[in-house]
Amino acid sequence: MLISEFLLLGAVLFCIGVYGVIVRKNAVLVLMSIELILNSVNINLLAFSLKYNDISGQTFALYIIAVAAAEVGVGLALVLLIYRNKRNISLDELSEMKG
Amino acid sequence: MMLAQDAAANLSSGWFLEHAWLIAVVPGIGFFLILAVGKRIKDIKVASLTIPGGGSLFGVASMATSLVLAAGTAYQWIQRVDSAGRTNGALGSFGSSITGMLRAEGEGNYITPVVKSYTWWRQGGATFTIGSHIDGLSMIILLLVAFISTLVQIYSLEYLRGDRRYTHFFAALTLFAGGMLTMVLADNMVQIILGWEIMGLCSFMLIGHWWEDAANSRAALKAFFTVRVGDVGLLVGVSIIFFSANSFATRNGFGSGFDLQGINAWAQSGTASHTAILWGAVALFIACIGKSGQFPLHTWLPDAMAGPTPVSSLLHSSTMVVAGVYLVARIYPVFHTGLSINVAGSHFNLIAIIGGITIIIAAALAFVQTDIKKVLAYSTVSQLGYMMMGLGVGAWTPAVFHIFTHAFFKCCLFLCAGSVSHSGSHHSFEMKKDMGGLRKKMPITFACWMVSTAALCGVPFFSGFFSKDEIIDNAHHAGYDVFWIIGLAGAFMTTAYMTRATYLTFFGKPRGAAAVEHDDAHGDAHDPHDLDVDDAHAVQPHVAGGDHGSTTDDHAHQPVMAMARTVGDVADIHGDVDADDAKEAVHADDAHHAAKHDVHHGPHESPALITVPLIILATLALFSGYLNAAAFSIHKFTDWVSPIGGQFFPKIGEASGELPEAAFKWVNALPSILLVIAGFAVSAAVCISIYGDNASPLKGITKRIVPLRWGYKFLFNKYYLDVLYEKIIVHGVAYPVSAAAYWFNQNVLDGIVNGAGKWARKSGLWIYKNVDQRVVDGTVNGSGAAARGLGSALRPVQSGKVNQYGALLFSAAAVAALVLILVNT
Repeated sequence: MLISEFLLLGAVLFCIGVYGVIVRKNAVLVLMSIELILNSVNINLLAFSLKYNDISGQTFALYIIAVAAAEVGVGLALVLLIYRNKRNISLDELSEMKG
Repeated sequence: MMLAQDAAANLSSGWFLEHAWLIAVVPGIGFFLILAVGKRIKDIKVASLTIPGGGSLFGVASMATSLVLAAGTAYQWIQRVDSAGRTNGALGSFGSSITGMLRAEGEGNYITPVVKSYTWWRQGGATFTIGSHIDGLSMIILLLVAFISTLVQIYSLEYLRGDRRYTHFFAALTLFAGGMLTMVLADNMVQIILGWEIMGLCSFMLIGHWWEDAANSRAALKAFFTVRVGDVGLLVGVSIIFFSANSFATRNGFGSGFDLQGINAWAQSGTASHTAILWGAVALFIACIGKSGQFPLHTWLPDAMAGPTPVSSLLHSSTMVVAGVYLVARIYPVFHTGLSINVAGSHFNLIAIIGGITIIIAAALAFVQTDIKKVLAYSTVSQLGYMMMGLGVGAWTPAVFHIFTHAFFKCCLFLCAGSVSHSGSHHSFEMKKDMGGLRKKMPITFACWMVSTAALCGVPFFSGFFSKDEIIDNAHHAGYDVFWIIGLAGAFMTTAYMTRATYLTFFGKPRGAAAVEHDDAHGDAHDPHDLDVDDAHAVQPHVAGGDHGSTTDDHAHQPVMAMARTVGDVADIHGDVDADDAKEAVHADDAHHAAKHDVHHGPHESPALITVPLIILATLALFSGYLNAAAFSIHKFTDWVSPIGGQFFPKIGEASGELPEAAFKWVNALPSILLVIAGFAVSAAVCISIYGDNASPLKGITKRIVPLRWGYKFLFNKYYLDVLYEKIIVHGVAYPVSAAAYWFNQNVLDGIVNGAGKWARKSGLWIYKNVDQRVVDGTVNGSGAAARGLGSALRPVQSGKVNQYGALLFSAAAVAALVLILVNT
């Protein structure tokens, strides 16, 4: 079975996503990185679904896609508003804390 | 309780009987309300009517509530008596012998008191209870106290208007009544002591109400300490009775040796040790001597006149002085057994002797008083002697009935005296100086005075006749002939001194302040012989202003005026030279006063707030005797109030097969009636010749004839009892004691106190240095520093940078995953 390849792909995508979230300053790119993380999880779910021949894993993946779409919608709306206020979507600029 | 359960089963009870404790609680609440908010309430003017502020209405309202509750209690108690089918009154009309037979049956007709008892505290196996005990005696006294207090409070609204301690006066007056009600309600001796002491305290506050004047605060102290001498007897007596009666009472289900029913049953049981009960009775009677102003501790009562007139009136009619008589009546079996009253062949006992002496000596003193209130004070002492003598000869019901009727006419007489001074004599109580001829100026006061005087003298068909005459008659009937004669002599003297007081106040020519020109009246016209008598008259400050209602700023200068005038009077009596300034101030003020109020500057009738209570009381002085008019075979009072002999009450006179009380015969009443007439005639004749205008050989008789002068001086100095007490006893005993106490205080106590102080200071310093500075402050500062360090350490985490948060999140998740893996493998 190709299960280990699937899991390897998922792990690689996850690491890229985490790297993007931590390193990227652009808010849109951070959102995209989050999408990568979610989809790496989806790949894991599908791989195990195939392996154990259980449909619930695929169903769960569909749910995650739907939730991710909503999340991106909200996220992009936030980014848009931030841009209107600050003319900038750099996350470093958003901090108003002194720490 | 345990006795007569069968009878109790069909006795009616009721809400008022069960909740009688409210009668005493309501004035207590009123007292706290007055103190708490009284001062913030201002007078309210509605049209021409002024609603008095100062919280006085709380006092009136609480007393009125108590009155309603007491009336309900009385009504339900009478229903209870009727439900027992005790129809002495109805049968009495057929002949006293039937009544006597019915009463001889005793036990079955005993009306069980309604007792409510709550545990107050327990200690050393003894249970102290607090509660209410309603029977005929407490019912009638509760009603009396609530009624008189209500009227006196209404009267005070006007009499003390504008006084500088108006609020506190009403607070003390309300608590005073509350103390008496607490005592009357008591079902045990501890509660009696409680009420007794509350009254002692309040009498001190009220007598010394105008304490700026030294004479007043002295009188207050005298009253307090004299009564306190007797109070030692109360504590000793209660202790003796408790330790003697406790085992009997506990065994028979009465709770403890404090329980009144238990004590009464113990005294009646015949198991009591005679020594214990004798000394218990003597000790308790000493307390009653102090409280009820009996000889030889009566000296505080006339001085108590220093208080405002409403206080004198309340003190002398229904509260305080009656407390002692009430105590004797309450636990009568103790005295009856202990002092061998009504034992065949006995002609004397302590109570009767003290009562008899008191009647005579007080009546004699009343002849030489020039202060109208002092005449009444000695009259009260004398009448209290009658009550005690009545109890001493076994005439329980007449004695209690005399409390009842005496309260009305004596209260009325005092309020009349107050009315005279308030509106007639410009705040003076001196009959010789400032009164006379007031009967036309003050018709209502005069009429009330005459009715009450007739009642006091025992003129037939007035209330005093039915009570006092019964006492005298019973003394004869029970074989106490000496006391019968004393009683008759007392009746003669009472009439004579009251005739004198009436003549001086209301008849003859107006003198001093009673004549129109007020400003000349003060301070000058002292009798020459007043000066050589060291003891001053009761000095009455004139705080309540002369003419209220017309101007309000009149009130503003009153305190000053009262002070000045009082100082002037005191100084004048003592012949002090330094007082000239004060006297001038008085005269200036008087002139100012007279000029300002030229409308009402003569004697006039008092306003309605004063006359209405007078009329009510005079009516009762006339008619209250008909509750127990033996002459008309009316025995209502006996039915309702007097208990029937048995376990809780002695069978008076039944041992010898006689009637418990003497049957009334006009022949027996004849001597006292004749003596009353003789007293009036002699006194009137002497008064007219001495105090009248015409020259008479009797004028100045006490100055010309040596033995008479001595007698006068002896009486004027009140048998030198005050000298004995103050100069010999107080100086002889108290001065060495106080000197020793001072030495002890200076050397021993101060040494201990100073040593303790030094030690405390040193140890305090040590604690400051070591404990406070190091441990406590160290802890406090350390915790502050720790919080600060932690805060600054954690501060970088809250950077506000989303990426950093993400990094933290994922590293935390990674760590958690690592832990999960390690744990699971």
